[in-house]
Amino acid sequence: MADRQTLTESGSGGELPGAGAETAPDLPFGAPIGAEAARESAREATATAAVAAASAAAVRRGGRFRGLLPRRSGKLVTGLVIVGAITLFGLLGPLIAQPPRDSNNPALLPPGPEHWLGTTKLGYDVFSQLAYGTQGSLFIGLVAGLVALVLGVLFGVFAGYFGGIADEVLTLITNIVLVIPGLPVVMVIAAYVQNADGLGPLARSSLLVALVLGITSWAGSAVVLRAQARSLRTREYVAAARVAGERPARIIFVEILPNLVPLLAAQFIFGVILAVLGEAGLSYLGLGPTGSITLGTMLNDAQTGQAVGTGAWWWFVPPGAIIAALGAGLSLINFAIDEVVNPKLRLAPENAKRQRKATKAGKGVADTGAFA
Amino acid sequence: MSFYLRRVAFYLVTFWAAISLNFLLPRLLPGDPAAIMLGKLRRANAGRPLSEETVQAITAILGAEKGTSLWDQYLAYWGRLLQGDLGVSSTRYPAPVAELISAALPWTIVLVGTATVISFVLGIVVGAWVGWRRGTWLDHLVPVTTVFQSIPYFWLALVLVAVFSVQLGIFPIIGGYDVFEFPGGPEWSWAFLGSAVWHAILPATTIVLSSIGGWLLGMRNMMVSTMSEDFIVTAEAKGLTPRRIRTKYASRNAAIPSLAGFGIALGFVVAGSIVMEQVFSYPGIGKLMIQAVQGLDYALMQGVFLVITLTVLAANFVMDLIYGFIDPRVRHNG
Repeated sequence: MADRQTLTESGSGGELPGAGAETAPDLPFGAPIGAEAARESAREATATAAVAAASAAAVRRGGRFRGLLPRRSGKLVTGLVIVGAITLFGLLGPLIAQPPRDSNNPALLPPGPEHWLGTTKLGYDVFSQLAYGTQGSLFIGLVAGLVALVLGVLFGVFAGYFGGIADEVLTLITNIVLVIPGLPVVMVIAAYVQNADGLGPLARSSLLVALVLGITSWAGSAVVLRAQARSLRTREYVAAARVAGERPARIIFVEILPNLVPLLAAQFIFGVILAVLGEAGLSYLGLGPTGSITLGTMLNDAQTGQAVGTGAWWWFVPPGAIIAALGAGLSLINFAIDEVVNPKLRLAPENAKRQRKATKAGKGVADTGAFA
Repeated sequence: MSFYLRRVAFYLVTFWAAISLNFLLPRLLPGDPAAIMLGKLRRANAGRPLSEETVQAITAILGAEKGTSLWDQYLAYWGRLLQGDLGVSSTRYPAPVAELISAALPWTIVLVGTATVISFVLGIVVGAWVGWRRGTWLDHLVPVTTVFQSIPYFWLALVLVAVFSVQLGIFPIIGGYDVFEFPGGPEWSWAFLGSAVWHAILPATTIVLSSIGGWLLGMRNMMVSTMSEDFIVTAEAKGLTPRRIRTKYASRNAAIPSLAGFGIALGFVVAGSIVMEQVFSYPGIGKLMIQAVQGLDYALMQGVFLVITLTVLAANFVMDLIYGFIDPRVRHNG
């Protein structure tokens, strides 16, 4: 939510006159960043010459496509490792674990060599449940994230590109969906749907839960994407494409969307986090998918099985820890993307650090000011 | 002035959309909630036939039998709403829905409101400081906050209960006040207030811990961006004290997007709190909602959903007005 705000901010920053005005048409996303960075280093030059030289060198080192890719920072690597490990666990864990609903084990065993994470009240192996649950939650997260992204593009990019009446209507819908709290809507829909006969095998499946979560959570991305699409619309290469007679659909998909890739990735990741969290809450209340195991249904079982009251921490701590770790890992990746979209976030701390070092070495101009 | 007019118009449209959604959901989704609800009410009434009044109220809220046009149903629905009639609850028969909601709403508003303000102020102050000290070890604090942000509220609540209530026995496990000490329900006394505050500490801590990361991060990032603006350099060159630059120049501007995002973030807090109330059996609106959903008490569910939506809308509206007052740019360009 709040980091989304900074994204919006960086989006509207692109609309400022001058920012990226001299962009080369074939280097749309890298160029404004380069321009920003150049402006950045130009300003720094007035402060300390040594710093300016260093950051200019940093800009020069950036290759042609470097601007589009997240820098290989500690955040990105940590995030990728966490997310990768959890994904592998969800994919491979079910292959090595015993069936998750095998109740031939002693009940409520604490973690031990036989059952790594203990057993539940019904004698299910927690490790096995966790592996299947991770898979189930990841599936819901990915599907819901995709649905939300597609709707976000539909409402955000189209509104931003077409403008006029279409923009007014699409933005109005987006803002309405944005302020109506999502989870209560999902709860109401789930409560109606779970007792309906007309849906067949779809009723209370993971897929339906994912669709409902996706349909109710796209508005935030739409706002961010609209701001960015609005600023891209005024770029010269888009105007050139329009003059060349390209159809709007082609302009959107070929000229505009590729430049939104970092933002789209960030919004997708955000959607996945939201959906995984939403599924956990929904399932915890007993409104989740019935057939499959997710991290949320595990927590629901733990709640009904009095896990907290009986001190069976190994039952309810692991699923929540996986959710938190997954969310943190995905957010770290988003940080790395954020630093591409908004280069100030990366350059400013680096410059401040460099300046502080220079001051310490006796080369600086200020030792008490805002930059010290 | 047109800024305020636009905002009022927007919230009126949203208000209408929320109520219409509430009207359409039970009618468009498959299933027959009105029939289920009436069956439940009959059972709650010990098999005796329901009064004509009750049946009318339920069909107006959840959908009439075939034959009545959707438009007539819509008018009847609005008629009921404007009279403040939200039907009768089946899980707490024969209590009217409106009465149940008005008993539960203050609990949630006070708890969520106080916790959100604490979290917001703390997040802004700490975020401004971390952003000011950009490029130092404090930057490593930033990724840590994401962990807190990604923790499901209710799971954090479970862990807090397990540690502080079950293991250490410091705080009460469930409830909004001590039901044994006050069997007659809420009353206006210092003893009751103390009991309520004592019971609210863990739920409030849950909300603050889970939501502070977002504010802190947003503020820090905006602070970093603002600090590289030209007017900060000018302020520095004028020889203003760092303290003055931090508070009067950087923080004030950096806080604006956080204020603008307040209303939207509030939606997340409300959603998280609904599930959290289940953990603590807190007597608020979330607990009521869960009770309604689990007992298929559709009338109660509809009513609670409506009230939650309207409350969030009202909070957003107030925030918008304050935002327009703080940042004149939105008033003139918005």
